Amino acid sequence: MTSQSPSPAPAVHARRENYLTAGYGVKSWLLTTDHKRIALLYLISITLFFMIGGFFAVLMRLELITPAGDLVKAETYNKLFTMHGVIMVFFFLIPSIPATLGNFLVPMMIGAKDLAFPRLNLLSWYLFVLGGVITLWAVISGGVDTGWTFYTPYSSVYANTHVIATALGIFIAGFSSILTGLNFIVTIHKMRAPGLRWSRLPLFIWAMYATSLVITLGTPVLAITIVLVALERLFQIGIFDPALGGDPVLFQHLFWFYSHPAVYIMVLPSMGVVSEIVAAFTRKRPFGYGFIAGSSLAIAVLGFLVWGHHMFVSGQSVYAGLVFSLLSYLVAIPSAVKVFNWTATLYKGSVSLQTPMLYALGFIGLFTIGGLTGLFLACMGLDVHVHDTYFVVAHFHYIMVGGAVMGYLGGIHYWWPKISGRLYPEFLAKLSALILFIGFNLTFFPQFVLGYLGMPRRYHAYADEFAVLNVMSTAGASILGAGYLLPLAYLLWSLKYSKAAEPNPWQATGLEWKTPSPPPKDNFEQTPVVTHESYDYLEGADVATEAQVV
Amino acid sequence: MSETGGPLAHQFADLAQQREASTLGMWTFLVTEVMFFGGLFAGYAVYRHAFPAEFMAGSRTLDVLLGSVNTVVLICSSLTVVLAVHCAQLGQTRAVNAWIVATMVLGAAFLAIKLVEYGHKWHENLVPGPGFLFEGANETPARLFFGFYFVMTGMHAVHMVVGIGLWAWVLARSMRGLVTPEHHSHVEIVGLYWHFVDIVWIFLFPLLYLLGAHE
Repeated sequence: MTSQSPSPAPAVHARRENYLTAGYGVKSWLLTTDHKRIALLYLISITLFFMIGGFFAVLMRLELITPAGDLVKAETYNKLFTMHGVIMVFFFLIPSIPATLGNFLVPMMIGAKDLAFPRLNLLSWYLFVLGGVITLWAVISGGVDTGWTFYTPYSSVYANTHVIATALGIFIAGFSSILTGLNFIVTIHKMRAPGLRWSRLPLFIWAMYATSLVITLGTPVLAITIVLVALERLFQIGIFDPALGGDPVLFQHLFWFYSHPAVYIMVLPSMGVVSEIVAAFTRKRPFGYGFIAGSSLAIAVLGFLVWGHHMFVSGQSVYAGLVFSLLSYLVAIPSAVKVFNWTATLYKGSVSLQTPMLYALGFIGLFTIGGLTGLFLACMGLDVHVHDTYFVVAHFHYIMVGGAVMGYLGGIHYWWPKISGRLYPEFLAKLSALILFIGFNLTFFPQFVLGYLGMPRRYHAYADEFAVLNVMSTAGASILGAGYLLPLAYLLWSLKYSKAAEPNPWQATGLEWKTPSPPPKDNFEQTPVVTHESYDYLEGADVATEAQVV
Repeated sequence: MSETGGPLAHQFADLAQQREASTLGMWTFLVTEVMFFGGLFAGYAVYRHAFPAEFMAGSRTLDVLLGSVNTVVLICSSLTVVLAVHCAQLGQTRAVNAWIVATMVLGAAFLAIKLVEYGHKWHENLVPGPGFLFEGANETPARLFFGFYFVMTGMHAVHMVVGIGLWAWVLARSMRGLVTPEHHSHVEIVGLYWHFVDIVWIFLFPLLYLLGAHE
């Protein structure tokens, strides 16, 4: 066949060397340039941030059990939702899949030894940690209360909390995400294994590529915006201050120019994960491969043209609003293309409902609800009614938690045998996927109703008639919390006590399954040569590549 | 393996792939830089459109002579960069070092002139902040002009400082004999960065200095 060098089969060691055993001790981790180890560093860091962000959510839901503001003061509540948003968005969701699964899988899926710039990759993790530590310092030393959106002139003139420190943390973390995106773009362009044409790439790679484009084009604009807010606070240069001739709405334009595409930084990677999982657990080539890949790029491009739909009530021109509304509807097209293609892939597939597939199906359903309610918000008339209500909160949690986090957890389960070399306990995993699904819907579906009935977001007290739905939501949040703790527990447990995983426990196609679990330090014994598209289920699992496996 | 100290890092198959990757990496980084400065330019455009008279009045206080000298200094530094890259391709290490030093000197000269200009503005109370004082045109929008002047040229100056640091790093490598005709992508990609920073100035100069000349 077409293997590059017919070297003799490597001797089978009882304890084969892999990336986890390639070095021990703190230094071998903190100074590693191995993309797989950096992925694990990120995995640990973002899990910690997820728990901190979740803690603030718990306090908020506890406050909202009763209509009266009895647990925390209004000022404290402002800080709670701000810090929940800041930490979850910038320190969990943005890095979630790209920095963990992306770091681990991009080189493996394209048959490379590492990313193009391994040291830059390590630097990116250090920047992330530095940004995170600065932000946590701001949290501990009093917090910040501007909302995660930092709207001016409140953030630039009036807020008396740690705006600059938080902004600095986000600014630094932004560079970590830029470096990751840059690394992926160059790696995908230049490091593909022989024969791995663009048309053969796994859909996860297409999704990571589209995500990287959004990261590299959007994040710098956030960076300069943050700089301007900080300078405004320090020197009163007036750019966002109406008293000095500035325009606070300009801040909203600049902020949402990044922060709307940031939604796609969060959800595009999950879409890539879902494409992989749906193919593997229906044992079929994804229906409309080209459309799924192209729709990732279409979402990345269109995502940059819709930011104004966050500003329908900001006083921006009605005509601008009309255009933004229309363009926002257009994003629904590539999103729907994906949903229909995944659904069509199920048709006549041999569907097996393992844990990753449960998460993928959960993603499809919840993302659809989140996407369709997004159309409500993209409609200028309706938006005025539900603007700044719990309807918006429910909508974006369906996208970010129901969509992005479900995809993330699905991906973690799917590739866990590859990452850790261990199988996770299937029954517990299915159970927790179910708990998460129920808990999530019970938490957030009532919030659609609350918002539609007029309950505004960001208040620690509310009218009595909203009490029942809020109690439901808090009850759901407690179930959701249990659903998050369970995987944390059994995945850690599996590291020591679970069965060792084979190279390809799912009989999936794709280069990452052609190498041992966990993979050797250089990923492959020899550079694979690719002769087929990534999804080759009909012809049998082993034809996709001639990669030699131990 | 990179531990062997050879020019080829272990993740690459060959030097050509490594070189293409580092070039594409720098171009991608420059795209992010375009977006970074793009945010500033967008803000500038908004306020210049809103307050054309005040922006012109502010522009007239800038020293066109010093600004022009600086423009020439930067264009010359781009020339020395091109010469450094050219000599690197030919393997003339001593010439490479000389041109890099020339580039760094020109960069430092630019920053020195810029500092002199900042000093003048400080004495004229034209630095936005509590002491800001501008007579003639409407004071508040004029403050916006100086806000943009300092932020834009300041961000540019930060990039210059980084650029000089990068040249120092390339110079150190070159003096250790690590710049060869086969492997000189460090010179090339830092050169790309330097040209980009120059081009930013080519846009800043007319927007800030020459605006007041036309009425």
